[in-house]
Amino acid sequence: MTDVEETTATLPLERKCPFSPPPEYEKLRAESPISRVGLPSGQTAWALTRLEDIREMLSSPHFSSDRQNPSFPMMVARQIRREDKPFRPSLIAMDPPEHSRARRDVVGEFTVKRMKALQPRIQQIVDEHIDALLAGPRPADLVQALSLPVPSLVICELLGVPYADHDFFQACSSKMLSREVTAEERMTAFERLEHYLDELVTKKEADATEDDLLGRQILKQREAGEEDHDELVGLAFLLLIAGHETTANMISLGTVTLLENPDQLAKIKADPDKTLPAIEELLRIFTIAEIATSRVATADVEIGGTLIRAGEGVVGLSNAGNHDPDGFENPDTFDIERGARHHVAFGFGVHQCLGQNLARMELQIVFDTLFKRIPGIRIAVPVDELPFKHDSSIYGLHALPVTW
Amino acid sequence: MKIIADTGKCVGAGQCVLTDPDLFDQSEDDGTVIVLNAEPKGAEAEENARTAVHICPGQALSLA
Ligand code: SF4
Repeated sequence: MTDVEETTATLPLERKCPFSPPPEYEKLRAESPISRVGLPSGQTAWALTRLEDIREMLSSPHFSSDRQNPSFPMMVARQIRREDKPFRPSLIAMDPPEHSRARRDVVGEFTVKRMKALQPRIQQIVDEHIDALLAGPRPADLVQALSLPVPSLVICELLGVPYADHDFFQACSSKMLSREVTAEERMTAFERLEHYLDELVTKKEADATEDDLLGRQILKQREAGEEDHDELVGLAFLLLIAGHETTANMISLGTVTLLENPDQLAKIKADPDKTLPAIEELLRIFTIAEIATSRVATADVEIGGTLIRAGEGVVGLSNAGNHDPDGFENPDTFDIERGARHHVAFGFGVHQCLGQNLARMELQIVFDTLFKRIPGIRIAVPVDELPFKHDSSIYGLHALPVTW
Repeated sequence: MKIIADTGKCVGAGQCVLTDPDLFDQSEDDGTVIVLNAEPKGAEAEENARTAVHICPGQALSLA
């Protein structure tokens, strides 16, 4: 067993190449795959860089997602605590058995079958946005024209949130994910969105229908005699934020990558069965929610030969794990046929992304439709001038000028 | 080969269904795994069963 004590790096490390993880990861993995690092919050935590160690940590019952635990590793200054209203954690911040029950209540809404049933509606949304894109001026910003509105509309419809308010959620969501804003600003965005959803859930409780997820959850809770308003607000909050930013960023990043790799794009165009494997590879290459796999140890546990003590924070650097040569041969090569499904871009263990099959479905429809309907699409500026989100907890693109 | 599923560990991510919809399904209710064919026959089905075990995030699947 090794006992590494010195701090070797301060997270988050910046991606030097927009398509690769921070170059320091390779060195960390080679020299000290489980090492002590500093965090912007002033904390020290363990950083994991090997795929197997990350999978092992995330599937161990001895690591907690409780973000209220003062030892939970934070990438930004801590939120100010609210005294007036106790914080109700949503799924991502709960541990079993509470988490298992809460997840089970809603996971039936996101099964592979349920997502397939949404396919025609998503196709319609994508087609309408591509019609509008083609009818508008060139160059156009793909982020505003397609990447953001498609997942926004889909999650709003699914949840039963009025899409007319999307500018408001988008503003709150990007504030909450930005690393550049103060803790106060982040808290204000959080409270405004929470207040909005609190009112929305109240309205729905007065007139719940089977037509949307929130309505169905209300009816289900009522039937079981366990109505829990705050839990639904938390769930709506989580799903709305998660549904807004993540898929949007993958649409933009995936479009750039496929356009930059015409040989791989040609394979998808020739065989639509290759689109899903290509999506797994894109998810792996970018791993946009890299630090979602942070935890705090609740017992002394040995991971990959290193003893992690109860109360110590751990950051599973999923982007490092997804570029571990022991998991993926030539990890920096974009190869849609490598079979990348064991990546940890959606996490691993009990918290693995609830919306992953919705994301896959959206990405598949977007890529298949976009390249079929606009075969001559190209990026309107040099790739190194694109505004990549180095300033956000979720990696992506602020804008993507395209023409055709 | 026999597929064993522990629904208590299943997190309903559906990775198994994506791997092979002939072997796995998910319950409408709580998304937990339903094994449609516990004894896959043939190289492809056996390979799919192994893949599903490897990528299942809840480590709910095993082979005997
Ligand atoms: S992949 Fe595992 S956790 Fe996901 S539905 Fe199948 S058995 Fe359950």
